[in-house]
Amino acid sequence: MSAKAATPEIKSFKDFMVFIRGELRPKGNIFTPFNIISVPVILLGAILIAYRMVKGLGSITNLSQDFPWGMWIGFDVMTGVAFAGGAYVLTFVVYILRIEKYHPIIRATVLNGFLAYVFYAGALVIDLGRPWHIFNPVIGNKFGLSSVLFLVAWHFILYMIAEFIEISPAFAEWLGLKRIKKILASLTLGAVVFGITLSTLHQSGLGALFMMAKGKIHPLWYTEFIPVLFFVSSIFAGLSLVIFEGTISHKVFSQQLDDEHRRSHSDILIGLAKGCSGAMFAYFFLKILIFMHGRHWEYVFTGWGQWYLLELIGLVLVPCYLFLRGAMYKNLTIIRIAAILTMIGVIINRLNYSIIAFKWYIPLPAHYIPHWMEIETTLAIVFAEIWVFRWIVNRMPILRKPPAWET
Amino acid sequence: MDRRIFLKTFGAGLLGATCTPLAAASLNARESIVPGYNEFMGVLVDTTLCIGCRSCEEACAGAHNLPVPNISDDSVFKEMRDTSVTQWTVVNRYKTEKGEVFAKKQCMHCGQPGCVAACLVKAMKKREEGSVTWDTNCMGCRYCMVSCPFDIPKFEYNSWNPRIQKCNLCWEQLRKRERPACVEACPQEALLFGTRRELVEESRGRIYREPKKYVHHIYGEYEVGGTSYLYISAVPFEQIGFKTDVGAIAYPEYTTGFLYSVPIVLILWPAFLMGLSYLTKREEEIGRGGRGR
Repeated sequence: MSAKAATPEIKSFKDFMVFIRGELRPKGNIFTPFNIISVPVILLGAILIAYRMVKGLGSITNLSQDFPWGMWIGFDVMTGVAFAGGAYVLTFVVYILRIEKYHPIIRATVLNGFLAYVFYAGALVIDLGRPWHIFNPVIGNKFGLSSVLFLVAWHFILYMIAEFIEISPAFAEWLGLKRIKKILASLTLGAVVFGITLSTLHQSGLGALFMMAKGKIHPLWYTEFIPVLFFVSSIFAGLSLVIFEGTISHKVFSQQLDDEHRRSHSDILIGLAKGCSGAMFAYFFLKILIFMHGRHWEYVFTGWGQWYLLELIGLVLVPCYLFLRGAMYKNLTIIRIAAILTMIGVIINRLNYSIIAFKWYIPLPAHYIPHWMEIETTLAIVFAEIWVFRWIVNRMPILRKPPAWET
Repeated sequence: MDRRIFLKTFGAGLLGATCTPLAAASLNARESIVPGYNEFMGVLVDTTLCIGCRSCEEACAGAHNLPVPNISDDSVFKEMRDTSVTQWTVVNRYKTEKGEVFAKKQCMHCGQPGCVAACLVKAMKKREEGSVTWDTNCMGCRYCMVSCPFDIPKFEYNSWNPRIQKCNLCWEQLRKRERPACVEACPQEALLFGTRRELVEESRGRIYREPKKYVHHIYGEYEVGGTSYLYISAVPFEQIGFKTDVGAIAYPEYTTGFLYSVPIVLILWPAFLMGLSYLTKREEEIGRGGRGR
């Protein structure tokens, strides 16, 4: 696919429709292993979601009166949003600090963040018991101003808009709209400032949701600093995902990249690894401080204590060191391993708050374990997101250089 | 400052400003407090008088169109029951140091309820009369269930149009200045209806008159900041299924720290970021100029 194809001449509505129809057609081989796996999963997921809408949440989930929040909140929303944190961190680095080194990956990261919000925060819709009331807090069918969730809901919506503005120049370039691109690009800085502010608040807000679950979350995890911990961990969660996603995109979409981008790739990953390492050390230090002040030594030698230490040492301190080592010796393999360990750590951390260490006093047979249909629908949502991401990357200047229009 | 930078800064400022009232309003986690704190209504449960007849369960079901239980069936006491989507109140039997004790369980109707502070559409509401009620503008997020220290809100998982089910202290009756159905039905006068202030005084009186009969604690006087339902007992409360570790702080208070930080971040962050951006931009320009020379 040449770069020329991406800058069509659209003069009338008819041209536009012809162009869109052309773009909707699949590009490349249809029967790839990913497609063969993902299509049935997405179709089954759609059927299950339809079934759930008719029969109620209990029909395909293991949620109960004791466990009102399960995998869809704990994994899709909590973890998905943490992983989407790379967008606000990198927009800060590129647009506020103006470190140009990271410019080649900014669009892919923002697009990924935007889609993560649309799909994973969107997964909230199937988790809501009465989803047709989802806009009540927006249209003012009562503003629950004292609710942390009210803040999180508003921030999700506003942040999606901010991220869409950040990524919109790519859409304008795709459609060949030079004037509109210029206008949209001029909004970027405002959207970035707004987006970082919103992210700070709703990343920590997701943690603050659990403040009123005092007594239900194991004392090793419950602290008044949950919001700060969620915010700091979203920095390295996001960056690890950028490293992971960048590594895959680099292989899958390699025809999109120019030589300059390819050369800078390892340099970018090393820089991100340093950032991750720093953020993780700060997080580790915070966790230690909180542990010392919490005085929960009596739990350390229980099974829960070991689970806590596995998370803190094995999936925070170890990857923190690996990132540092990988950056020092410029070893990308170590950096990638560290990124994967970090991501596992973040998943476990978010699941601890929402599921695993939530009502830790209820032993296993009665404790919540996700139903296979909850896992299936989650997979369907992840695959659907990848489909849209791939569709956009193959058509718009996300990874490849934007057209050189005079500004 | 050229026009474009001015417009951008102005735009960001405007966005910040539009959000500020939103944030400032979130400060009010205490808005769930009803004025005249002690004056709302409540129920005192004297567990020493309860005989486990379950008339309250029957009356409750009748008053709220729920399936009416067969109260002559004693086998239900074999296991501990929780309230459910079809049972807003249940009576359990406990083996204690002073023999069998029956205790009624239902929503405690906190003075400052966690569920009310949690609700993002105010579907959960603390009424002036004392009831904590649920309304149909609920979106079904179940955050009230996560935030309730007593795990009281129950969700209809098997309905396409689920509701939150919980005791509403017969709010329909209270508005007509009538007593709740369970209180009406109790043959033992184990349930006493009145203002919370009266009930606290009555409890103190009973404990004072019979100091050896009662443990010297009124459950709900201080728990989670005070509740509309109050309990007195002859045995320590942990023996009759009460959570004794909930603390005396009202649950909404746990989120105020975070909510206070919201307007600060919303106002200071954009200013800080814009300033930083301005600095790096100037540096870039100076750097370019330097090379040019």
